[in-house]
Amino acid sequence: MSEEVLFDLAEVSKKFVKGKEQISIFDGLNMQIKKGDFVAIMGPSGSGKTTLLNLLGGVDQPTSGQVSFDQKRIDKLSEGQLAQWRANNIGFIFQFYNLMPMLNAYRNVELPLLLTNLSGKERALRVANALKLVGLEDRAKHMPSEMSGGQQQRVAIARAVVSDPKLLLCDEPTGDLDRKTADEILETLQLLNKEFGKTIVMVTHDPSAAKYANHTLHLDKGEFVTEAK
Amino acid sequence: MKDLYLVYKNLTRKKLRLFLTCFAIFIAFLIFGAITALQGALNSGVEMSADNRLITVNKINFTQPLPFSYVNKVKSVEGVKDVSYANWFGGFYQEAANQVVTMAVDPDTYFTVYDELVIPEEQLVQWQSNRRGVLVGERIAKSFNWKVGDTIPMSSNIFTNKDGTQTWQLQIDGIFGAQDQKTDTGYIVFHYKYFMETQTWGGDNVGWLILTTTDSALNEQVSDAIDINFANSAAETETSSEAAFNKAFIEQIGNIGLIIFGVVFMAFFTILIVVGNTMVLAIRERTNEIAVLKTLGFSSIRIFKMILIESCLLSFIGGLLGLGAAFVIVKGASEAMARFLPNLVLDQGIVLQALGYMLLLGLVTGIVPAIRALRLNIVSGFKGA
Repeated sequence: MSEEVLFDLAEVSKKFVKGKEQISIFDGLNMQIKKGDFVAIMGPSGSGKTTLLNLLGGVDQPTSGQVSFDQKRIDKLSEGQLAQWRANNIGFIFQFYNLMPMLNAYRNVELPLLLTNLSGKERALRVANALKLVGLEDRAKHMPSEMSGGQQQRVAIARAVVSDPKLLLCDEPTGDLDRKTADEILETLQLLNKEFGKTIVMVTHDPSAAKYANHTLHLDKGEFVTEAK
Repeated sequence: MKDLYLVYKNLTRKKLRLFLTCFAIFIAFLIFGAITALQGALNSGVEMSADNRLITVNKINFTQPLPFSYVNKVKSVEGVKDVSYANWFGGFYQEAANQVVTMAVDPDTYFTVYDELVIPEEQLVQWQSNRRGVLVGERIAKSFNWKVGDTIPMSSNIFTNKDGTQTWQLQIDGIFGAQDQKTDTGYIVFHYKYFMETQTWGGDNVGWLILTTTDSALNEQVSDAIDINFANSAAETETSSEAAFNKAFIEQIGNIGLIIFGVVFMAFFTILIVVGNTMVLAIRERTNEIAVLKTLGFSSIRIFKMILIESCLLSFIGGLLGLGAAFVIVKGASEAMARFLPNLVLDQGIVLQALGYMLLLGLVTGIVPAIRALRLNIVSGFKGA
């Protein structure tokens, strides 16, 4: 595994104002994620797991501190620049799949490619490859409502990898699935990490899911408490 | 262009809602197209009026006659260029259902004051020398398939012929058209003298005077001079511009412009509320999806544009269908009522106006949800869902 740092969080603070009260999620958090790593983040509800994932994914900005990706700061980027950065570098996998209900599997997977300059033919080839990777090449025409939860999550994985991002951010990717299906999904993520070199950060409540990762970071009250495995 | 498929799928995701919303817009533009065409037809007489043409009628009511002697008196008023006169006949052809606007006019001056009418010189000369002759407008000739040389029986529902009938046998000496297609040619004119000599009511009267001024700037001065001249006489006059006269004639039904504005305004206001509400709800339902799109890297401005395109598409689908239906209805009505509303047509101006309203409706109904989507914070979007 390469030791090159992909993500570097330095002295990151995140505070919210709720009514008259100021709530601090992180206060001077430091963290590094290396290229090609598979990191699981665990912790109780309210520990800041999802907020951390949002900061890594550039969907939320820190109150202070620095967030660097590939040695470039992303905490100073504008909303439009961040959108472009996400499109180029990040694949997202959500707990509830978040597929577009009116689009079939093919069109759902194609979505991130609409942000590129690829031709229709090139997009079709990439979508076919992504669907093949998750074993759903024969379900391309199926609507999300016609697929099981596991199949929908595999479509979501295909959507996340179709634009060949460097990093996959997974928010409870198996939280809505039964054990067997969850294991299939986690095996796919492991495959993407080992065979395709994707860096993966996965937030989970499930210790069994965390076992698929190379490292597990435990968050509690906005701080990393121990590192397992 | 790549986003159009996404816009299309969003638009068609709830087919019943799409149908109902489009139907509401369809009705609004159907009303707009049909009513605006009707307004155009009613106003065409006003629009086509000459600037320097005045009409003098009896002050009591325009159905009351004026003494024939007024013709020469008006001619002598300073600023008057030409004077002609006419009398209403109240005609129909063969049967009462075939109403034909028929007037007894002065053959020597009528086409001088209505110089926008076009007729071959030889036909005009022939008519002027034939006291039983009649000139028919292009539109009415086409409607009854009349040709030069035909003898047509024209009956009156007001006057009686000295032969005891109510019918006059008239010979078509010519067919007149107009320089502008919108000018009404759906009527016929025959000799005033012949009419007065053959009808039983007698009297040395005319229905109204038509006069032109040497300069339209003199219209008011000439009108006042004429009306003052006949003040306190047995037949006081009221002189107005032809446009004002035609407008007043139409407005006997009511203030057409206000009625039409009211109907169209209510239709559009209702549609604005219905479509605006539908768009707001439709986009609110998609808060989670918008957050997902933003997460994937779709910029806020791109999503903003997609929503505006969607609302405009919705407006154009319903609007164009409604305008198409209005076109068919107006075309059908125009053929059925060619003699009464000769200029009933859904013209280019109405189409352009409607397209403008469709765009406006699309933008107005889409702008609120589009701004909400533009401002949507991804984290809040997911929490909202």
